[in-house]
Amino acid sequence: MATVEPHRVRAGRGTELLLLVLALAIGVGAYALVGLGTSDEVPPDVLGYGAGLAALAVALHLVLRWRAPYADPVILPATVALNGIGLAMIYRIDFAYELRDKANGFAGRQLMWTAIAVGLAAIVLVVLRDHRTLRRFTYTAMVVALGLLALPLMPVIGRSINGARIWVYFGGVGMQPAEFAKLALAVFFAGYLVTHRDTLALAGSKFLGLQLPRARDLGPILVVWACSIAVLVLEKDLGTSLLIFGLFVAMLYLATERVSWVVIGLLMFVGGAMVAATAFAHVGARFDVWLHALDPEIFDRAPGGSGQLVRGLFGMASGGLFGTGWGDGRPDLVPYAESDFIVASLGEELGLTGLLAILMLYAVLTQRGMRAAIGVRDGFGKLLAGGLAFVVAWQCFVVVGGVTRLIPLTGLTTPFLAYGGSSLLANWIIVALLLRISNDARRPAPAARGLRPDEPLPDDLLDDVPDEPDDAVPVRVSARGEHPVGAEPDEHPTERIGRLS
Amino acid sequence: MSELTITLLRLGYLALLWVLVLSSIAVLRRDLYGTRITKRRARRQAPVPAGGPVAVGPSTAPTPVVGHQGRAGQGRAGQGRGAQGRGSQRSARLVVTQGPLTGTIVPLGQSAVVVGRAPGCTLVLDDDYSSSKHARIFPQAGQWFVEDLGSTNGTFVGDERIDAPTPLPPGRSVRVGRSVIELQG
Repeated sequence: MATVEPHRVRAGRGTELLLLVLALAIGVGAYALVGLGTSDEVPPDVLGYGAGLAALAVALHLVLRWRAPYADPVILPATVALNGIGLAMIYRIDFAYELRDKANGFAGRQLMWTAIAVGLAAIVLVVLRDHRTLRRFTYTAMVVALGLLALPLMPVIGRSINGARIWVYFGGVGMQPAEFAKLALAVFFAGYLVTHRDTLALAGSKFLGLQLPRARDLGPILVVWACSIAVLVLEKDLGTSLLIFGLFVAMLYLATERVSWVVIGLLMFVGGAMVAATAFAHVGARFDVWLHALDPEIFDRAPGGSGQLVRGLFGMASGGLFGTGWGDGRPDLVPYAESDFIVASLGEELGLTGLLAILMLYAVLTQRGMRAAIGVRDGFGKLLAGGLAFVVAWQCFVVVGGVTRLIPLTGLTTPFLAYGGSSLLANWIIVALLLRISNDARRPAPAARGLRPDEPLPDDLLDDVPDEPDDAVPVRVSARGEHPVGAEPDEHPTERIGRLS
Repeated sequence: MSELTITLLRLGYLALLWVLVLSSIAVLRRDLYGTRITKRRARRQAPVPAGGPVAVGPSTAPTPVVGHQGRAGQGRAGQGRGAQGRGSQRSARLVVTQGPLTGTIVPLGQSAVVVGRAPGCTLVLDDDYSSSKHARIFPQAGQWFVEDLGSTNGTFVGDERIDAPTPLPPGRSVRVGRSVIELQG
């Protein structure tokens, strides 16, 4: 004996606003504390800064109320908090550089990029009314992604910085096209896998209790593997290569539920990376740094030494459990403290407690993405949301793992925290897409299905119907072309219901 | 500024970070459990098989299994009053009186309800003899109707197999596969 009661879906916009207040307090509080820590006074423009940040966040909140009222209430606050913490840390490192006459105005530019990125996210939310529209661009996305990945190899615009050729310069503005390529790839993989997953899930031979896929279905994974190895060889960037391949393997697993794909993928990547490590000095150096970071000769090696990594570790160690406090550490001693090593900088000033809170925010963000993937009703949306949520978590794992010496250091950016316009733009677009998909997932019952033309309408649509005798057979009253309740106009009915048992 | 204030601010900031994390998780907590299942005391009229396990629609149901009625609170109030507390048409409900889901109650709102094995149904039957979308129960002109959705084993009102939408007065039972559902209202 039991009563089944569904939860009433709350749109959650009010909750979101409350959490946003907290998130903004964290961002602005960090800014004020940086001022206190470095120069013993709250920065004079803290009110203006706070108002600007709040305006951005509230603007996006209003766009959500307008265009995606059922979007997940936690995604936006978590993102705003992460972005605010990143801004404060970049401002703090700028301050330290100024003391050493190496001022570079990173903070101002990052603030500008934040504003642009939030604006872009709002545009995505307004323009993209339904994520299923993206499925039409499956193969366009593939071409775009390959183009973006190849862009840094172009002779004039591509540029090699610190050994990795992942930058493109237009005029004076540099960007990392790989950050946008990951978005296009997620769209392509989702569109491709949703049509081909049934084949890819077919069982082949069994080996050591693992159900292997059929050999002839290995084509797609081989192609993506070749692409990621090409990135590794031609652009000498382990991070992007790992990102692409990880994304594909994860989405393949989401689509087919076969662990064997993950095992095969890991083996292929580890094999490829081992070969690359022996063949290319640049990649091999990363492995040396990882395995023998504390050896004096590796530490002192002129290019590609472990100095950065070890200083980062010492920074985090001096932060301890509760950190030195905003503005009281020396994160600027680590090269690239504002981008690749911002996690180490945060670990130093906020300590393990603060760093774990930040990682929890990422976990919450990823969980919400995955939840949207579970909730949304079309296969394409499921794969896209799952893939995008995974990319955030994966990037986070690769960066934090690299900085803490769990895996070899790679050149990926920490989403929302690290300095870098491309990364910020791409990740805010990811957040906008996740919000869009979660709106579709949480919207109360667009009815499990629409009504067939020969079905009667539910009576809340019929007003002032003349009384009928009780035993009359119901007749359909509406004219054709009206949309019955729950069945919204839908130009692309892709798997509205998903797989039925 | 004194050392104490600085330390307090430093720790206060960390606390603030965790307040955000924990309140986010608190917002999500409810989401982890899907639909709520309330155990009820034995009702009088329904024959209850001892210890019949109550399987309920998938806990990962994307959206509430009962459509967009938005009146869950009202439905709950109606059930609290038990069998004799039947109000108007508004607080109608479906009760499973036989089959694996015996005792399950689905509050009815204004919208149609689909019964079957498919996870998308409002009332998900764990019953091999029902079709994935077996029957639909819908309101029209102040009355509830039941209609077969082309099921394999048919839908029966009383002993009659139905082939057209059939009025369903309160208290009449509908057989779907091995389950019997009764409209109470």
